[in-house]
Amino acid sequence: MEYQLKINGRMRSLNAEPGTPLLWVIRDELALTGTKFGCGVASCGACTIHLNGNPTRSCITPVESAVGGEITTIEGLDDPISAAVQSAWREKDVVQCGYCQSGQIMSAVGLLRQNPRPSDEQIDSFMSGNVCRCATYVRIKDAIKLASDTLEA
Amino acid sequence: MSAQLSRRNFLKAAGASALLVGFTPRGLLAAGYEDSTLNPFVRIDSDGVVTVILKHFEMGQGTSTGLTTLIAEELDADWASVRIDFAPSDTAKYKNLLFGAQGTGGSTAIANSFMQYRKAGAAARDLLVRAAAEQWGVGVDRIRIDKGVITDGQRTAGFADVIHSAARLEPNPEPQLKTPDQFKLIGKLKLPRKDSIAKTDGSAQFAMDVKLPGMVYAVILRSPRFGGRLTGFNADKAAEIAGFIDAKALPNGAGVAVYGKNTWAALKARDAITAEWDFSDAEMRSTGALIEAHRELTAAPQYQARALTTDAVQARLSAAPRTLDAEFVFPFLAHSPMEPLVCVIEPTASGVRVHDGCQFPTVAHGALSSVLKLKPEQVEIKTLYAGGSFGRRTTPTADYHVEAAMAFALLGGKTPVKMLWSREDDIHGGYYRPMALHKASIALDADGAILGWDHRVAAKSIVKGSAFESALVHEGLDHTTVEGLADTLYQVPNMALGVSDFLSPVPVLWWRSVGNTHTAYVMESLMDMLAHERGEDPIALRLSLLDRSNKEQARMAGVIEAARDMSGWQPGQKRGFAAHYSFNTFVAVVADITVEGNKVHVDKLHMAVDCGVAINPDVIRAQMEGGAGYALGAIMRNEITLDQGLVVQDNFPQYLPLRMPDMPEIAVTIVPSAEPPTGVGEPGVPPTGPALANAIFAVTGKRITELPMTTAGFSFV
Repeated sequence: MEYQLKINGRMRSLNAEPGTPLLWVIRDELALTGTKFGCGVASCGACTIHLNGNPTRSCITPVESAVGGEITTIEGLDDPISAAVQSAWREKDVVQCGYCQSGQIMSAVGLLRQNPRPSDEQIDSFMSGNVCRCATYVRIKDAIKLASDTLEA
Repeated sequence: MSAQLSRRNFLKAAGASALLVGFTPRGLLAAGYEDSTLNPFVRIDSDGVVTVILKHFEMGQGTSTGLTTLIAEELDADWASVRIDFAPSDTAKYKNLLFGAQGTGGSTAIANSFMQYRKAGAAARDLLVRAAAEQWGVGVDRIRIDKGVITDGQRTAGFADVIHSAARLEPNPEPQLKTPDQFKLIGKLKLPRKDSIAKTDGSAQFAMDVKLPGMVYAVILRSPRFGGRLTGFNADKAAEIAGFIDAKALPNGAGVAVYGKNTWAALKARDAITAEWDFSDAEMRSTGALIEAHRELTAAPQYQARALTTDAVQARLSAAPRTLDAEFVFPFLAHSPMEPLVCVIEPTASGVRVHDGCQFPTVAHGALSSVLKLKPEQVEIKTLYAGGSFGRRTTPTADYHVEAAMAFALLGGKTPVKMLWSREDDIHGGYYRPMALHKASIALDADGAILGWDHRVAAKSIVKGSAFESALVHEGLDHTTVEGLADTLYQVPNMALGVSDFLSPVPVLWWRSVGNTHTAYVMESLMDMLAHERGEDPIALRLSLLDRSNKEQARMAGVIEAARDMSGWQPGQKRGFAAHYSFNTFVAVVADITVEGNKVHVDKLHMAVDCGVAINPDVIRAQMEGGAGYALGAIMRNEITLDQGLVVQDNFPQYLPLRMPDMPEIAVTIVPSAEPPTGVGEPGVPPTGPALANAIFAVTGKRITELPMTTAGFSFV
């Protein structure tokens, strides 16, 4: 079936079976591979994208439910909050294997949009759905706080 | 622009391209142009860009930054503009000098590369200096290089301006290396990681991201029990799935390759296939029976790992006034790197190209050429970033490469095939950290002094029956089962270490820090028990068992004291301590926790590490943080259990990974050292678990001897 999706500001048309998770459409059909497959059951957050601005697990989001919405992937981040988050990630050298980090960044941007000055507990709570097997959590938290400080300044 | 520079630009335009510096297969320094047969360690292109060729893969441990630091340091290159590239699969040129094969593991990447990469960088610098001196008609002693700019005090040039004349010079076989006081990058506190930008904008390429024209997607339907063999399957229902291409039995009976036009179609089709299996050689037991089988094996050890035997020490134990006895049980553990296993194979004019986060190219290369019946030179491996490994990406059998090769060959060998694993495949898939059971009986005199120590271990051997057996098994004993215990630095009198091999079709594998994952937990718990038994401070006890006239023991004492001092440790506090020596690196940990009822929160870890010369202090810190987190997650909650041979856990909702709220604050002290650099990827793991266990004992009085800790009724919040 043919779908029209608005992704990173552009309309894209593609063929997919109804029910196909948005993750596989984004990766296999649109070749936007920054969004990762980690578990397929919304338990690790590696596939996090923004749907209408909200962090969303694309591995359990059927393609048809994104029609008419605005999809943003890591490749499409283009706003001051995203820039501050990505810059903070580099300043703190957060990454190790890096495979989960697109999802971590998408969640962190979502957090700071809703709550520009999150407490440690609020960061823990919001980010608890994003798994990092390299356990870079100390630096993820530091980077979120740095981005928050940068945006405040 | 000077006349000389113009002439250089003319030469550049005339086609000379890049200066390459590396080593011949015999290990001699060599240099030349890009069209030479030399495989370089460093390449300087005609635009002046320096590229470091990485013989080790990057799974997050920081090697791409570490190896680049060594070249950039000796070359005096500009850090920000140095690029990285992964070496091709070529054992002769890119072997790990400690293995004799091309591969990454055992926390050896920096240790074996330290002199080699520095030499390559120094040789390149020497060529540039001589070329510049010749060009300007001055002595080489007048030339300086700083951040990629060459100068004689009056004129300046970039690398691009001299590489063409440099490439015509013979490299100095023994270039002058910097002395530590000349280091500008090595040991520098903040040197941005080379993989940071690509991994924060989505552009970093992992094997999972490879998409080739005409590529099909394959998943494997495997036996639900380890050791089961396929006897038949029915794919009629799969045929109804849109995008399903085909399903074919693997020639080795291990399963069915299921092909789809995209990942989702392949996964859906696999769910729709039914298969029959022969379980006559399969593991049919449940976890309880497996533990009991380990326990029985400790009754009569098959091998002895120390000079004193089990029988000999028993005589001494029988006369002792008292003994301290303990049994420890460790579960199977999955590695679960974030990127599930994946391997892409495409046909080329001469053979195949393999896209993989390849940890051990020599082994993968051999297995791929064997399965595909190709000559080694017909197989090209393109190494990409690996989304974690923790040991899983290097099996002696190259298990997932073999699966990918079979799936590729079954489809005719003309179509690019991406073979990938789901998370369920990963959790169900075996190659676990071995289950292990330890029994220890420590004989004490009336004052608590150790008279003798009868220690027994049962675990499945990781390397027996594999290509690594000859290197790691001696007189029947697999050293990986008892590393960290057989060679403990503590001076313990009359210690015997008996070992038995558990046998099972469940495949086992090294898991970040290998045998130390259980031996450190046991030794450091026993040290804590001994200290408690003797009413002694656990740190003081350990220091009393180390002889500082021995260099290793003195360094061990050094990290113990560093952790003690950084944490403000005082005897009698309710905190946990552990230390361990693994992969030639010393790590000590103090754990601070909060306990409410049975709910434990790890507040802070104070970690001291001695890994010789600290190349990249921030990478060392990151590896201590990550190693500690990896250990905590597993020790707290992780186990793979079997129910009549079937793996009980499916995915992260059952095999619970460490999450941000679990992560403690971590302080790291790097003990200054002038010793050669050693590894940091694994050594943070072993002491972290027992430090937590000892903290829990200090606070609650409860000794946890069966893992994970949730088994003892604790929960972690």
